[in-house]
Amino acid sequence: MTIYNMYIFDRYGTLLYYGEWNRTKQAGMSREEEGKLMYGMLFSIKSFVAKISPLDPKDGFLHYKTSKYTLHCLETASGLKFVMNTDNQAQGVRDLLKKIYGEIFVKYAIRNPLWNVGQPINSELFKNKLDAFVKQTPIHAVRAS
Amino acid sequence: MVIYGVYIVSKSGGLIYNYDHNIPKVETEKSFSFPLDLKLQYENKKVIVAFGQRDGINVGHVLQSVNGSPVIGRSTEDGRDVFDLIEVKENYPLSLRFGRARATTNEKIVLASMFYPLFALASQLSPVPKSSGIESLTADTFKLSCFQTLTGVKFIVVTDPNMQGAELVLKRIYEIYSDYALKNPFYSLEMPIRCELFDTSLHTLLELVEKSGTANL
Repeated sequence: MTIYNMYIFDRYGTLLYYGEWNRTKQAGMSREEEGKLMYGMLFSIKSFVAKISPLDPKDGFLHYKTSKYTLHCLETASGLKFVMNTDNQAQGVRDLLKKIYGEIFVKYAIRNPLWNVGQPINSELFKNKLDAFVKQTPIHAVRAS
Repeated sequence: MVIYGVYIVSKSGGLIYNYDHNIPKVETEKSFSFPLDLKLQYENKKVIVAFGQRDGINVGHVLQSVNGSPVIGRSTEDGRDVFDLIEVKENYPLSLRFGRARATTNEKIVLASMFYPLFALASQLSPVPKSSGIESLTADTFKLSCFQTLTGVKFIVVTDPNMQGAELVLKRIYEIYSDYALKNPFYSLEMPIRCELFDTSLHTLLELVEKSGTANL
């Protein structure tokens, strides 16, 4: 099990943060472009899910799976999107994303007086805390051992 | 094991077959008093709830009937405009029925062609080499499983989120497709599938899966 990379978007589609751990293939475009493409895909998936769903969706889109990886998405009430790519064996990624939101993002981005809402996060502290948090999770650890 | 629907998308992204198997009806009928505490709006030839939520009526639900008479467009059967009707205090109490709108055939065609770029993007944005497109997509109310053949035809089933073994069902649908659509001399590729044998075998398969699961496919 492993975690490949992670994107954080705000409600307007700005890529607030990008982090990667065991990614083996780059998208072949700039990070900015990749962020836009990713947000565009999530935006379409959201409206696709709302339309094709047989019942009224609450949380809406949770994750999708391809032959090689799984993309998990957590959308908060304020429209922030936490997106994480893992391999197909990873379990409990949604809880992990909730923890990242509550324990890392709120603590080290929202409470950081130097960060302006809607701007990319450049804080070194945020990066270190997120790295440390991801590396100590069981999903990430199994690959290393 | 609940299967909500089956879609087949041709290699160019067009919907060539659709079957709604078992879509639950979401309907609520309630008696309202003046003033109406829901905000209604006329959109895409339907009266929908734009704001407000109560007793199972959610934003996006469509007004289906007023006092038992069905709503067509924005007027009731006897030709009175719904919006005028709900403004007048004397008409209350009003019994309104709301429900979740079913996708029309046109909307389904749009949805099918919408899935095509999502599938392609998922493989382009992959963090690892040689990834396929979306194989399954899970939301809180359903799970969509997709199987793409070597020739690019996509088979899609929409099921309950806890459904296991959807891949097997897709493979069986592929078999039925090759047996009863492709081998039918009157069927031309990329065109909508209208073959009776295909329909009946697909219905039998879906009923079998619903009754006894995917274990004996």
